[in-house]
Amino acid sequence: MTSEQPQPASGPDLSPSADPLLEDERSRVRRALSYGAKLLFRDKGGMIGLSLFMVVVFAAVFAPYIALHNPLQQDLTRSRQPPAWRDGGSWEYPLGTDSLGRDMFSRIIYGSRVSLTVGFLGVAIALSIGLVLGLVAGFAGGRVDNVIMGGANLFLAVPYLLIVVVVAAVVGRSLVNVVLIFGLTDAPLFVRITRGEVLRIRNSGYVESAVAIGAGRARILFDHILPNLVGPLITVATFEMSAMIFYEAGLGFLGLSVPPTIPSWGNMLAAGRQYLASTPWVATYPGFAIIFTALGMNLFGDWLRDVLDPRLRRKGR
Amino acid sequence: MSILEVSDLAVEFNTIEGVVHAVNGVSFSLDSRETLGIVGESGSGKSVSMMSLLRLIPEPPGRIRSGAAWFESSKGRVDLLSLSKTKRAAVRGRDIGFVFQDPMSSLNPLMTVGEQIAESMRLHLDLGERAARKRTVELLDRVGIPAAAERYGNYPHQFSGGMRQRVMIAIAIACGPKLLIADEPTTALDVTVQAQILDLVKNLRDELGLAVIWISHDLGVVAGLADRVIVMYGGLVAECAPVDELYEQPRHPYTEGLLEALPRVDQDRGEELRSIEGTPPDLYLAPAACPFAPRCSYAFDRCRQAVPPRYVVNNGHDTACFYDLAERRPRSE
Repeated sequence: MTSEQPQPASGPDLSPSADPLLEDERSRVRRALSYGAKLLFRDKGGMIGLSLFMVVVFAAVFAPYIALHNPLQQDLTRSRQPPAWRDGGSWEYPLGTDSLGRDMFSRIIYGSRVSLTVGFLGVAIALSIGLVLGLVAGFAGGRVDNVIMGGANLFLAVPYLLIVVVVAAVVGRSLVNVVLIFGLTDAPLFVRITRGEVLRIRNSGYVESAVAIGAGRARILFDHILPNLVGPLITVATFEMSAMIFYEAGLGFLGLSVPPTIPSWGNMLAAGRQYLASTPWVATYPGFAIIFTALGMNLFGDWLRDVLDPRLRRKGR
Repeated sequence: MSILEVSDLAVEFNTIEGVVHAVNGVSFSLDSRETLGIVGESGSGKSVSMMSLLRLIPEPPGRIRSGAAWFESSKGRVDLLSLSKTKRAAVRGRDIGFVFQDPMSSLNPLMTVGEQIAESMRLHLDLGERAARKRTVELLDRVGIPAAAERYGNYPHQFSGGMRQRVMIAIAIACGPKLLIADEPTTALDVTVQAQILDLVKNLRDELGLAVIWISHDLGVVAGLADRVIVMYGGLVAECAPVDELYEQPRHPYTEGLLEALPRVDQDRGEELRSIEGTPPDLYLAPAACPFAPRCSYAFDRCRQAVPPRYVVNNGHDTACFYDLAERRPRSE
């Protein structure tokens, strides 16, 4: 057996570990991540999207360190001061002040917290409910499926704006309410997508093969169906998150989101609206912040969708 | 010694338009190390009958109306059709390997090829992760995947169709089954790749002492592989014979028609291909007569009144036909 020395692999060695048998789970994850990073660098849109989004996340997490002033501190003598680079502006208030003399820059930084909280938690709630109910509906089928999908469709038929108005009127405006309403009203979408994907995957060749080798229901669910759900659901989740940030701003503009004491982009937009002709920055910069965030998330979501589908990944870019 | 004995298997599907009688009483037996070819056109019930042996058809809408399938499993003689769920799962993949038609969709795109082969071994054989990996690489090598060790961590999309079918075969033989059921495994492949896969299965069969059931609509493929052939039509067995005898002396008009319809290389250029006139039977109707009678040039009154039983021609050869093709006259009642 001395002549049976392992042959060196022909062609370029793509894997960092020479013997795949010795490769453990951690190094597989590391390899997947570095592969993902490579794909990200190749796609400018995804790169820009992720950067924009990371800026917003950074702002939200480190708001107290970035902000120059207390976002709630009023100073009526400095009402509606222009941004620093315009006549009468000062670098003490880089983006100027609003009608109550509060620092616009600090308020926008703090406003990202509301937007991201609503986006993250709203999607987390919607996704959790949707995933569980969708899996049950798709997997159980029959009457259970009918009841769940009936409920989901019923829920979709109720205009969410109406619920928001009613809730705001009855229990008052709060961040928790907004998050809950978004989470609940968006759940049916995730139920539908999950159920559809489960049905598709259940009828796929590889689930049939798994059944043929004697795999039980639990194994099929956790090894074959769930991993194949991740791609489509994450993609939808990114887009829904950006939609929720958008809608939150919209509700804030209508005065239905968080109370005015909390700085949020929607509230700022609403407050600045009446000064649009004279001092436009009061409404413009919060608007930019919304566009910035939504654009970033959508670009990133597009990239994610391409990457999570191995068939699209092959496309030469 | 027979390892599988199927008797009177009938499968139907409840659809909105009515009950589809897919399989209407199929009986056959299979010896160990024997290769049985099952031939028939689309809708003849060949796939459904084999898949229902492992209860792989969706139930509902599918329903096994009657039948028994006694199988010599590693845990003794069992009726595949009446096994409990857990016992059924223990037979699937362990004693019977199944290879599906479409290798492109039969592998999970998110699991590495190696993991998918190891999966069945970890389910059935009490193998640790390392042992399963080692055996998987051996299997990949055995089914002819070059650089098997490096291929373990590859994903299905990195494999060609032929290589994926090799992987499917590796999965099917991983646990050392006694029986391999292959449902048109070469239909989706190039002709050259088809030949390679056929050779691989032949080698594995001889080496591992497998019994093989090979489902195909290609008489040529079956001729080179099978010991015995069953021809199915309208959910019934039309003819069953040793492979040489079937091709030389078909005793069922349908088999005869099929053989005549085969294009030949030595055929004159201008000569038209023969075909069997008419259309396949309507499966919404339960068979009350010979399903082939409307298309059969030999058919007479009796063919339209009763389902023909399987007449024994000689040892190992039978045909479900009221007309005696050898004597060129109807059989006596």
